[in-house]
Amino acid sequence: MNGMELTTLLAAVVAGAAPVIFAAVGETVTERAGLINLSLDGSILLGAMAGFAAALYTGSVAAGFAAAAAVGAVVAAVVAVTGVYLGQSQVAVGFVLTLTCRDLAYFLGNPLSRVPGPQVSPLPVPGLADLPGVGEVLFRHNLVVYASIALVPVAWLLLYRTRWGLAVRAVGEHPAAAYARGVDPRRVQLACAVVGGLLVGLAGAAFSLAVKPGWGRPQGAEGMGWIALALVIFGGWHPAKVAVGAYLFSLLQVVGIPLQALLPSVPTQVFQVAPFPLMIFTLWLIHLTRSEAVERWAGDRAWAWRLVHALRASAPRALGKPLSRE
Amino acid sequence: MHIQLVDIHKRFGAVHANRGISLSVGAGTIHGVLGENGAGKSTLMKIVAGFLPKTSGEIRLDGEAVSYRGPADATRRGIGMLYQDPLDFPALTVLENFRFGLETAGRDPRALLADLAGRFGFDLPPDRVVERLTVGERQQLEILRLVARNVRTLILDEPTTGISATQKDVLFAALRRLADEGRSVILVSHKLEDVQVLCDRVTVLREGRVAGEAERPLRTNDLLGLMFGTVPHPPPRCENPAGTPVLRLDGVSAPGGRAGLRDCTVAIRRGEVVGLAGVEGSGQGVFLRVAAGMVRPRRGRVLFEDAPLGRRAAAGRVAFLPTDRLGEGLVPGLTVREHFVLRLPRVPFLLDRATAGPDARAGIDRLSIRGTPGTPVEALSGGNQQRLLLALLPERPAVLLLENPTRGLDLESAHGVWRELQRYCDAGTALVFSSPELDEILLAADRILVFHNGRMVLDTPASRTTPDELARAIAGLGTGAAA
Ligand SMILES: Nc1ncnc2c1ncn2[C@@H]1O[C@H](COP(=O)(O)OP(=O)(O)OP(=O)(O)O)[C@@H](O)[C@H]1O
Ligand SMILES: [Mg+2]
Repeated sequence: MNGMELTTLLAAVVAGAAPVIFAAVGETVTERAGLINLSLDGSILLGAMAGFAAALYTGSVAAGFAAAAAVGAVVAAVVAVTGVYLGQSQVAVGFVLTLTCRDLAYFLGNPLSRVPGPQVSPLPVPGLADLPGVGEVLFRHNLVVYASIALVPVAWLLLYRTRWGLAVRAVGEHPAAAYARGVDPRRVQLACAVVGGLLVGLAGAAFSLAVKPGWGRPQGAEGMGWIALALVIFGGWHPAKVAVGAYLFSLLQVVGIPLQALLPSVPTQVFQVAPFPLMIFTLWLIHLTRSEAVERWAGDRAWAWRLVHALRASAPRALGKPLSRE
Repeated sequence: MHIQLVDIHKRFGAVHANRGISLSVGAGTIHGVLGENGAGKSTLMKIVAGFLPKTSGEIRLDGEAVSYRGPADATRRGIGMLYQDPLDFPALTVLENFRFGLETAGRDPRALLADLAGRFGFDLPPDRVVERLTVGERQQLEILRLVARNVRTLILDEPTTGISATQKDVLFAALRRLADEGRSVILVSHKLEDVQVLCDRVTVLREGRVAGEAERPLRTNDLLGLMFGTVPHPPPRCENPAGTPVLRLDGVSAPGGRAGLRDCTVAIRRGEVVGLAGVEGSGQGVFLRVAAGMVRPRRGRVLFEDAPLGRRAAAGRVAFLPTDRLGEGLVPGLTVREHFVLRLPRVPFLLDRATAGPDARAGIDRLSIRGTPGTPVEALSGGNQQRLLLALLPERPAVLLLENPTRGLDLESAHGVWRELQRYCDAGTALVFSSPELDEILLAADRILVFHNGRMVLDTPASRTTPDELARAIAGLGTGAAA
């Protein structure tokens, strides 16, 4: 593969990863506060549908993104309110919402199927877009992609370098202790769910208005919610590592296209489906760093020890266990 | 600050934990609250700190009746509490724990922390993750945080469980300073010695009521009488001639805890009672887990009756009781009876109320556990959880490994546990136990191993050592063997 093709491929990876980054980073924020929003897969589709519809009827892409974000935030708020305030199972509520949102999206979106609609226009960054290599990979995209790139450091900064982030992580670790210090853990969790949900909704619109423009059944965003949920776990609830996972997944999807040309005898479906099991395999490899055997092996090798510890992370301790009050 | 509690009641459903408690704590004094397990001490203190709402009664601060909506209100009025189950954030760093929820009025939290730590003589690396601190250091951090919040009343709920004698001295010195600065301190404990050296006045609680009050000088027998009705007697110690070696560690190094375990060689003999001393996390915990076959050594061998100890090899012959009862020992959510079901040699496919029912009732009777076969284990008090763990032990283990077996138990419950352990010892079981309490070790053990920083630095018969020598070894001084 020559240099020209490599940059095109990497550019496609960066663009394709955008929606997954929105969803996975959003879920990272939510889970860091100790709440699991399992409705991702459904909310993304509903967001995609709502975003496309709003953009179509108003003619404004921005309105589409706003509508999608609102949908994601509302669904997440339902999970938070029932889970944290009403003491219902977050997993059960989230799961039911996944299915409900998906069906709702297909049902309400039926009239929009295959209707041509607006989409986000490309916006090369003046000056930077012409840089050799980097220019094409990073700076000849649309605003959605730029936002997804910026989101990662912003999320990291907010979570690890601000008072708010400290409160979020503290609540996810030990809600009772946060309560003892005068912070209401339920409000923090609700807020994080809404912020996370906003991002999940944006992920939906990023599909239907940018990456896979239009609405249909299937839309193309199906399954992405589950991938995002898995990325959060294996990315150790850390925005940067989660984003690395998202780019990896995008890479697996993108390389299918040139590979298909190279190996014409293999059915095309293989290339479409392969990223999913490959992703699981990669995630499993990362997960191996937690095993005792690897630990012992790395114990005697300084570089391996550092690598293993960089890859490893533990869940927020109170994940899925909100403060119970009598 | 002058605190008055008037006729405080607290109900948890059917449990009436505080039944009309009145007490008064003067400004600038250290006030002790004593009582057996389950007397209602923690509940009362959580009410004062705003963590729990009271069912009825009145709290007066400097004569003014107050009502809180949550801990934030109590904090605003200058009340801070060190909780019995630490309410901190193990995965966050020292500095993050320190600054969370703290108004520093523009001061750099890092500098403030360093400042306060220096003032109290605490050594707390700001960027270390809190789970890597000892229990004592975690308490020190909480105390600094409360002082930084400028508390006028400091409540400490069982601050001396799980800390070493040295750490206790540091803590008590710090508390005296706070009292001298005019702050009030409420010290909750079931340990008489603590209260006797530190407190000006003591209130004793029993079954949710005030059983009595006492002032300096605080006499042991008076306090014991108020706490338990009678003065409990320590159980007789088990005198067994040590038999043949049953468990051997041969050059064992293993990871875990703060320091891991490094190059440990020792043989445990039948019928022996071995006490493991040392600052918490110096290797005792890893030692017990390696000996139990739960942690595989990185180097060296563990031999049980001269055969390598496999994960299953010594099943039923080597038993381990961890200190974290609900975390490692019992399954929260399951009832007492269900724990006995899990212990059956062959669990039947269909389970009903009768399965293991007789076992459970027999166990409850034998160890006088306050509970029924249907009680979920998390609803048992700490002492009763410990008794249940004992009831679940295999009939005749060859080696019984116990991590801090009387942690958090009042004197009477602790004696009850030791009485039960003597039974095993009389039957020839080797007992190996760790304890932060030198007194307990000297009382029960016939051989003492001292750990410092992952290494075993002293191995001595109990009859041929002194508290002084042990304290020096624990601190890593002298004895030549220290690295
Ligand atoms: N959240 C709760 N729900 C139900 N019962 C509770 C709760 N907290 C405490 N209790 C019960 O209230 C009683 C008093 O408990 P408390 O923790 O105040 O005792 P304590 O004196 O602090 O004992 P210990 O010495 O073991 O710490 C006990 O019977 C306990 O089981
Ligand atoms: Mg208590």
